[in-house]
Amino acid sequence: MKANAVNLIEKEWILPGNRTCPGCALSLAYRHTLKALEGQCIVTVPASCATVLHGMYPITAVNVPCVNTPFASTGASATGLVAGLKALGRKGITVLAFAGDGGTHDIGIQSLSGAAERQIDFIYICYDNEGYMNTGNQRSGSTPLGAVSGTTPVLGKQQYQKDMTAIMEAHGLPFVATCSASYPLDLYEKVKKAKTIEGTRFIHIHTPCPPGWIFPFSDTIKFGEMAVETGLVVLYEVEDGIFRLTSASESIARKGGNLQPVREYFTSQGRFKTITEEQIDELQEWVNARWKQCLHRATNL
Amino acid sequence: MGTRDCNHICDESSPGIGEAGKTGEWRTHLPIIDDKKCTASKLNKPTCFLCWLYCPEAVMTKGIPPSIDLEYCKGCGICAQVCPVQAITMIAEEKNIG
Amino acid sequence: MAIQRKSNMLIIDGNQAAAIAAKMSRVQVVAAYPITPQTPLTEQLSLFVEQGELKAEYVAVESEHSAMAVCTSASIVGARAFTATSSHGLAYMHEMLHWAAGARLPIVLACVNRAIGAPWNVLNDQQDSISQRDTGWIQIYCRNNQEIMDTIIQAYRIAEQVHVPVMVCYDGYILSHTEMPVDVPEQADVDRYLPPYKPHTSLDPADPKNYNLVTLANPRIGVDGKLCHGYMELRYLLQEALQNSRETILQAGREFNDIFGRDYEHMFWEDRNDDAEITIVAMGSLAMEAIVAADMLREEGIKVGVLGLRVFRPFPKSDVVQALRKSKLIVVFDKNISYGSEGATCSEIKSALYGTYINASVRNFIVGLGGRDIKARELVEATKKAIASLKETVINPDYPEWICQI
Ligand SMILES: Cc1ncc(C[n+]2csc(CCOP(=O)(O)OP(=O)(O)O)c2C)c(N)n1
Ligand code: SF4
Ligand SMILES: [Mg+2]
Repeated sequence: MKANAVNLIEKEWILPGNRTCPGCALSLAYRHTLKALEGQCIVTVPASCATVLHGMYPITAVNVPCVNTPFASTGASATGLVAGLKALGRKGITVLAFAGDGGTHDIGIQSLSGAAERQIDFIYICYDNEGYMNTGNQRSGSTPLGAVSGTTPVLGKQQYQKDMTAIMEAHGLPFVATCSASYPLDLYEKVKKAKTIEGTRFIHIHTPCPPGWIFPFSDTIKFGEMAVETGLVVLYEVEDGIFRLTSASESIARKGGNLQPVREYFTSQGRFKTITEEQIDELQEWVNARWKQCLHRATNL
Repeated sequence: MGTRDCNHICDESSPGIGEAGKTGEWRTHLPIIDDKKCTASKLNKPTCFLCWLYCPEAVMTKGIPPSIDLEYCKGCGICAQVCPVQAITMIAEEKNIG
Repeated sequence: MAIQRKSNMLIIDGNQAAAIAAKMSRVQVVAAYPITPQTPLTEQLSLFVEQGELKAEYVAVESEHSAMAVCTSASIVGARAFTATSSHGLAYMHEMLHWAAGARLPIVLACVNRAIGAPWNVLNDQQDSISQRDTGWIQIYCRNNQEIMDTIIQAYRIAEQVHVPVMVCYDGYILSHTEMPVDVPEQADVDRYLPPYKPHTSLDPADPKNYNLVTLANPRIGVDGKLCHGYMELRYLLQEALQNSRETILQAGREFNDIFGRDYEHMFWEDRNDDAEITIVAMGSLAMEAIVAADMLREEGIKVGVLGLRVFRPFPKSDVVQALRKSKLIVVFDKNISYGSEGATCSEIKSALYGTYINASVRNFIVGLGGRDIKARELVEATKKAIASLKETVINPDYPEWICQI
């Protein structure tokens, strides 16, 4: 049976009263990730807002075992957990790496790529708030074109986002998927599926961040949805090389494939205050081209 | 008194609710659920629960009507936004008025 | 009762000795990355694993930073972890070395000492491990291949008892690639000496704990109402563990002797120091060269002894003072340099002597950097120069002399 809000497990593994900002999508995404794993996991977390979520010694805000590890080391830390569990003969525990976009696209890409190439048996989740939020919002490899940040303060970022999911797919992984915190049931299903697969599984989650993107706390879900409806984020999974659109992206494709224009997404977030009309047009073209590729690749339409 | 009796030799933490304190104090706006509008209440059966689904804080329960732990609710207002029948309204906290 | 022991002498190089020692210590996770001159050790361990001689997870990581990250995470779930590196590899691990010690994980690392760039140089000195002096690891230096074998086995005993990682250092090429006779212990004896690792950490979904969270400057009350440490108290405990590890190190050495018949109840090695007026101090294989130099000086009637540093961290201050109490002149040879100051072991010796009744002169020579050959004759000449400097200004006593051709 497909998960829905009514039948979804009520037990929580993140505890009320954690340190994330109000309306934080990372918190929502992590909440449903842990539900999908039913807490039967060991997590490794690099420096990030997820570290802050986990709490301050001697109290943690999560009900799962976790190791905090240096920023660049997430993939290797997961490798060590897997190797240690194997050496000790401990079975039935999923190793989960839960890292931000900076920890994934940038400083952690080496250790992640190494672990993926070795086909280490773990789930790697990158929650993507499109910047170094823990240090107060500086640009990352995943900050979109046109966004201002602490290190792109005046002109906004001049480069496109790095397509990390494509990079991970190129490692020949058995399962890669994209998610959005605004579609928690899709996220839940994907993590649940990933749990049953062996090898390195990579999941990317788009997680809007109210203070970093500059929009009201209450609009987190709205901006996540807009990103999907405009095609800036496409929800898909690739299992053993088979590409499927899922959730809202699948519905849009089935209903004729018409995306919403990207314009409003950019004009309604404070971080895009300096974006130019040309940049918006460029981004629209980029979205259109990628959407075409996705429709072409999709095997489930 | 010192920490000699603490038997940790490294940073080892245990789970606890309210790790960041009573985060309800962060709230500027309070969510109020209108029983008369909430679908679960109206039908008196477990249904909808989208507010519960989208709550980033895990402070809601799937009751009829859903209830919110106001000790920890940070007042983000996501529940009010996602409710398909506008059964939740955010009202300014007393302490912030005036 | 005399212990009847079977001898199993092999002629092996230092890297082979280290590999066999790791295998006999029944390490469960090995993660390493090749670098000269450590490479053969890494290859040997992967061979042991692939041939089924060592039941362990061998992880061919993509970097040394990852090698240590694999070790810390494997150790935190309770596995006995081993890695080895040299030079740039150790430097690349720097961040993770702090984490291993900070989380009190009993990892053992073999550091095959090599010079560090720029410029490139693959030959021996001790700049690499000395640069990691303040990461909170116990550091033990070996003089020969037998010591490499024995020290790695002891290192696990020590590490797992005091919950501090141990770096076993030995000189690249001079030991790593030089064959010597090594008495290889019986596995049953090693098992008797080294019980399986009992972790102090627990990663279990049934009783979830979090490690290495953000820690406040001040103590904080936990969920059970008890006051827990602040960051500074945790640092104090690490310092205390190293300060107090001397007893454990000596006991591990004593019990090693009981089982294997080789005595390691020493923080350092001494040679003819009892009646010495002049003591030469050196660390690692250089201490062997120093003994040859002492022979030559003694033939000339100069009363010279040798102090071969073994345990560099914790630095055995009071033992050193005791050993140097009769010395009038201490000549320290360092295969490292703290730029703008002096050799690291010289600073340690001076600081140990400060405020004691010993009023010996200390002279420091920097030698052997980047594989520069060190002849016993050069140590003799340097010692004579140091003696002369007591009367006339032949060297600057504030800064070290360098034995090189500038
Ligand atoms: C080696 C190292 N460099 C820099 C930092 C500082 N730092 C901590 S978190 C962070 C940014 C994290 O960004 P991301 O991974 O996207 O996670 P987010 O905070 O956005 O959730 C940085 C730069 C660090 N902890 N370690
Ligand atoms: S800065 Fe953004 S990602 Fe970080 S806790 Fe706040 S809302 Fe969440
Ligand atoms: Mg980020």
